[in-house]
Amino acid sequence: MPTNQTSGQASNQTLHQDREQPLIQARNVSRQYRLGEAIISAVNDVSLEIRAGEFVALLGSSGSGKSTFLNLLAGLDRPTSGAIHVRGRNLAAIDSTELARYRRDTVGMVFQSFNLLPRMTLEENVELPLRLAEVDRGEREGRVAAALEHVRLGARRQHRPSELSGGEQQRGALARALVNRPSILFADEPTGNLDSVNGEQILLLLREIQSTLGMTVIMVTHERPLAERFANRIAVLSDGRLVSDGTQAPEDVGTGLQPDRCPGAPQ
Amino acid sequence: MKGRDLTELAFRNLREAILRNSLTTLGVAVGVASLVAMLSLGVGLQTLASQRLNKSGLFDAVFVTSKRGMRGMNGDGPRPATTKTVKPEDANPLDEAARQEFAKLPKVTEVYPQVRFLTEVRFNGGRYSTSVLGLPDSSRANGTFDGVVGKAFSSPSAEEAILQSEFAKELSAQPATLVGKEITLRYAQRQQSSSADIANEKDIDQQMDDMMSGGISIVSREKTLRIAGIIDTDPSAGIGGFGGGRVFIPLRVAEDLHVAQPNDVQEFVRTGGSGKPTYMALTVRVKSPKDVLKAEQAIKSMGFNTFSLLDATRSLRIVFTVFDLFLGLFGSLALTVASLGIINTLVMAILERRREIGVLKALGATDRDVRSLFFAEAGAMGLLGGVAGVTLGWLIGAALTWGTTMYLRRQDLPGVKISYVPWWLAGGAVAFAVVVSLLAGLYPAGRAARLNPVEALRYE
Repeated sequence: MPTNQTSGQASNQTLHQDREQPLIQARNVSRQYRLGEAIISAVNDVSLEIRAGEFVALLGSSGSGKSTFLNLLAGLDRPTSGAIHVRGRNLAAIDSTELARYRRDTVGMVFQSFNLLPRMTLEENVELPLRLAEVDRGEREGRVAAALEHVRLGARRQHRPSELSGGEQQRGALARALVNRPSILFADEPTGNLDSVNGEQILLLLREIQSTLGMTVIMVTHERPLAERFANRIAVLSDGRLVSDGTQAPEDVGTGLQPDRCPGAPQ
Repeated sequence: MKGRDLTELAFRNLREAILRNSLTTLGVAVGVASLVAMLSLGVGLQTLASQRLNKSGLFDAVFVTSKRGMRGMNGDGPRPATTKTVKPEDANPLDEAARQEFAKLPKVTEVYPQVRFLTEVRFNGGRYSTSVLGLPDSSRANGTFDGVVGKAFSSPSAEEAILQSEFAKELSAQPATLVGKEITLRYAQRQQSSSADIANEKDIDQQMDDMMSGGISIVSREKTLRIAGIIDTDPSAGIGGFGGGRVFIPLRVAEDLHVAQPNDVQEFVRTGGSGKPTYMALTVRVKSPKDVLKAEQAIKSMGFNTFSLLDATRSLRIVFTVFDLFLGLFGSLALTVASLGIINTLVMAILERRREIGVLKALGATDRDVRSLFFAEAGAMGLLGGVAGVTLGWLIGAALTWGTTMYLRRQDLPGVKISYVPWWLAGGAVAFAVVVSLLAGLYPAGRAARLNPVEALRYE
């Protein structure tokens, strides 16, 4: 059984304890919304440090603020107060163009509802971040193909999202998140719209990506068993506050894919 | 995002919502079409009017009379003030030498007198009194003979005549059959004898007559001409040439006839018969109406009276400019309505594509990328609508020309081209459509760019 520990006790157990500087450093981060007269604190004074290569699960019930916190870390939103440093840059202080560049170059995102653009083929969807990053056309094709092979969708590249199953769509979304070679992968309830088999497959893929590519994965989920099986650190949020943060050894579930099943995977 | 990717995505997005975007583009096209149709009508009518005016020979001509004698054809008007300063006796004669001088002036294309005289036409044993007008060579180029039955003069000195259709009907019940037949003109010829001629005259009575007449005699002559054609409209020979005749002959032929003119008598009275022949009036044709002023000034400085209708063309141009302005204004109203259509379509597209905008932003699109994308879509609709609109406008113009021509033909009138789309209008209309579309896209694009990605992603 995995064990949860408070943040103060976590350091000696951390998988990546030998890595020096934290990749992400959130300090006293709050996010408040105004709803009519009322002010709602979705995230309330949360501080968290994440090191490169970690697989962190943000766990919490509905309305706990976990997704809001993820959006803040992913640069989709800005905190009302506090600071989020990623590689020394404070996301709360940079302008919107810089924030967009951060999302484009550093971040990959996977959503609960896949968010593939319905009018484009899978291939075009995966190519989109490369267009935004102004990657040369000649280079794009190979990178798109490699990303799709990595998630075992090489044969479905010409299909539109509506022609794909939920699991395939989410794998496509994962390929799109990976194609620009980000250093942090954010996943917001990636299994929320999937059955357990497909959900597990996605999480195995995430684990594989984290372990083989050394990518930092931050996943929001409300399913504790999944978090315990796949993540090596679990931060629990409740009512906008961080109530526990602990490292743990995930189950040895292996990686998501056998080598012969993912030809062309980026190394 | 690079321009090429932006364009690809924009056209792809337009293709996906094909019906709505086509309707919006059609709206732009209709707006541009109405603008183009209106302006092409304005341009066409202006071209038509200036062509007709050029045909009339009124606006590219200076009418010259001598300060010596009669006021000439503009004699009904007030006598120019300058005549008071020069004594009529000292003024330059409007003779062959003056004609040569005028012809040497820059931009002058033709100098010709007005030759018009009364005649008796003999045809098929019948006698018909009528008037003859000599037509200058230029009348052929400026379309005087459009709609002629038969042919125009085969050469500037061809011994041919063109009959006015009313007169032709007097000659024959079937005027068309007259073409190719011959008519004979009887006219009064002015003969001038030199003093040597008079001295050598053997017949003493004739010698006495010549001496008494001051060397001028008027002789009855005949000339046979072939009928080249019959014409409906009244060809004009420039200022003073209106309603000039019912039989038209080449001016050179008319001049060679040396028909006695009223000024011969006047000159005789003034000089007692020793003078050389002079012209009552000369018409000086210039290349275009804008050359009239210079030519007129030059001729005035040579000591002649001049008259032109320059001011009339200037005010005509003002009228057409205002006319074009109003037509353009109505056309632009249609395009304004179309631009509202673009705004509406794009605002709707933002609502519909909120989530897509959210995804793009989550993937790293900057506000500028999103704005550019919507801008490109608006511009593309403007471009497509503009090109389609110019085509449609041209078709409307062509249809108007066709309809007008059909109507005129039914009224037995020659057809006219009332609509004309010059390149500057086509290019300008497309550019205008793109600019208006981009302006229309300004608000939606800005709104799309400002969307909060988190809220946009939440949108179902």
